[in-house]
Amino acid sequence: MEVKQLNETTYEIKCGTTHYKIVNAKIKELVKNGAEKIILREVYGQRYIGTGIKEPVKIEIHGTAGNDLGIFLYNPKIEVFGNAQDCVGNTMMKGEIVVRGHAGDVCGYGMRGGKVYIEGDVGYRVGIHMKGYKEFVPTFIIGGKAGNFFGEYMAGGKLILLGLNRKSSEDIVGDYCATGMHGGIIYVRGEVPKRYLGKEVKIFEIDDKDREILETELKGFAKAFNLSVEEIMSEPFTKIVPVSARPYGRMYAHRWGIASGIIK
Amino acid sequence: MMSYSEMSGCGLAGFINRDGKRVSGKDIFDSITSMKERGNGMGAGYAAYGIYPDMAEYYAFHVMMDSMDIATEITAVLNRFFHIVKSEMIPTKSVPSLYKKTTPPVFYRYFVTPREDVKLPLETEEDMVVRAVMTINENVKGAYVISSGKNMGAFKGVGEPDEIGEFFEIDSYKGYIWIAHTRFPTNTPGWWGGAHPFTLLDWSIVHNGEITSYGTNKRYVEMYGYKCTLLTDTEVAAYIFDLLFRKHKLPIKATLMAIAAPFWKDIEYLKKKKLNKVAEMAKKIREIYSSAMLNGPFAMLFAYKDGLIGFNDRIKLRPFVAAINGDTVYMASEESAIKVICKNPEKVWMPRAGEPVIALMNYCKDGICHPG
Repeated sequence: MEVKQLNETTYEIKCGTTHYKIVNAKIKELVKNGAEKIILREVYGQRYIGTGIKEPVKIEIHGTAGNDLGIFLYNPKIEVFGNAQDCVGNTMMKGEIVVRGHAGDVCGYGMRGGKVYIEGDVGYRVGIHMKGYKEFVPTFIIGGKAGNFFGEYMAGGKLILLGLNRKSSEDIVGDYCATGMHGGIIYVRGEVPKRYLGKEVKIFEIDDKDREILETELKGFAKAFNLSVEEIMSEPFTKIVPVSARPYGRMYAHRWGIASGIIK
Repeated sequence: MMSYSEMSGCGLAGFINRDGKRVSGKDIFDSITSMKERGNGMGAGYAAYGIYPDMAEYYAFHVMMDSMDIATEITAVLNRFFHIVKSEMIPTKSVPSLYKKTTPPVFYRYFVTPREDVKLPLETEEDMVVRAVMTINENVKGAYVISSGKNMGAFKGVGEPDEIGEFFEIDSYKGYIWIAHTRFPTNTPGWWGGAHPFTLLDWSIVHNGEITSYGTNKRYVEMYGYKCTLLTDTEVAAYIFDLLFRKHKLPIKATLMAIAAPFWKDIEYLKKKKLNKVAEMAKKIREIYSSAMLNGPFAMLFAYKDGLIGFNDRIKLRPFVAAINGDTVYMASEESAIKVICKNPEKVWMPRAGEPVIALMNYCKDGICHPG
């Protein structure tokens, strides 16, 4: 690991195969001493980058970001020039993650706030159990395609799947999409085959209100990757929303509880 | 690098030079060591193809034994089946950190050629090698055959991938296919025989995940004379491959379809799409080989002399990434482990669940290898 100061508030760290604990400790130390921008070079799968920092520092990653990029993220802005691996934005709270490449499985798991923009495809189980509460509403936008279990058990927030790189023969999303979903909203640019959808959701065409939401949310994404919102919006979108807020509410409930009206 | 141990999964890495170019073990060492985090120091191993070009016509038996005294017993058993052309200790280097965990066994390698006069009726040469391996594993106390193929070998033990790599001086071997593993044992003990890869003849397997159908699979392969003696689930996968691929001569894709079988609802969908023949075949395979299906989460690399195959369970519960650069195909648990040894691959992708990545040698294009 080599650390270089580029100017008063900018540092560069050459990571190589240095262990993530050493790299992350160094990042925290630099932020504590007033760093506002940290450029990580030659990153080879270092995990947990960006976690445990509350300052709105900018972190640039050149190389392949490791698992759990921005886990519990609380304010930093992360930009990856390359691909990311599994679990990007795991249980993230605030801040922004931009990935100029693809990302792996289980991204946005339990995410509760902030923005994640992925330029390319994502793997399986992306956006599972995303949630939102009051002013915390997470947004996860994917420029490419997604695998199976997209938005499974989703409880809140916005998941937007664009499939901009999709060939006509390819599915934009995989099987078990939105299974068990009970909150939040999914927008897919294109059609979702019915056989892939969970029983707990319904699909709609977007209305003017949705259009407004999409245009607002896509602004950041379009800016990050130098695209035009109008062009993205020129194709029809599908909206996926849950039928019930508690699809499994009665599944394990006691008969007496249901009969007496305590469990609805 | 500081020492650490943290909950994680196993890690695997492998690559094949499809043009047959042999490279030093340094690359695979760097690749698997970069994923050290995925193991906990209780097992690591390597398998390589093309490492004994001068002895390529002989079966290379790598045997692990508790003490040197057992060597006479091993020789006696081997003499019953083979002519021993050459036998030697596998060179190892002193790695002090290894001895803190366990006492390493002794490793011997024997280059052997089968004796025609002891073959049973209808038995092929390969069957006899399998029988010899099972005999040693089951009957010679404290000795296990860790590989038994031609021009290939496995090196494995209890330790981090870098410790095991240094112990066996992996960088001194040159191979055209390499696979490696770092282990995080969960359900079964971390001992020298339980480290990956698992091999039989020239099949070798590294595995991340667990086989929850182990009982069913074990009973199934035992009916065909395989003995599960290594106290871990992955072993059975190597024997299933041998049974389906070599004995039953199933094509590669059919073998993988039996192991990671498609869901019934997906088979129904094939029918709806008027792919009746494929649907019928998938149905037949599921019916006939129901006991060979591996249930549970896994990513596996499977190598043999003609190729390297990587595949996932059918809902992708373990990570698996592949990349291509020229004639080399890389597969690993993490993309970073590929980038460490190949900075700018032409293509990197995350294969879909149950969709195998099949990388055969260039000479297989003419269909002279196992039917694809």
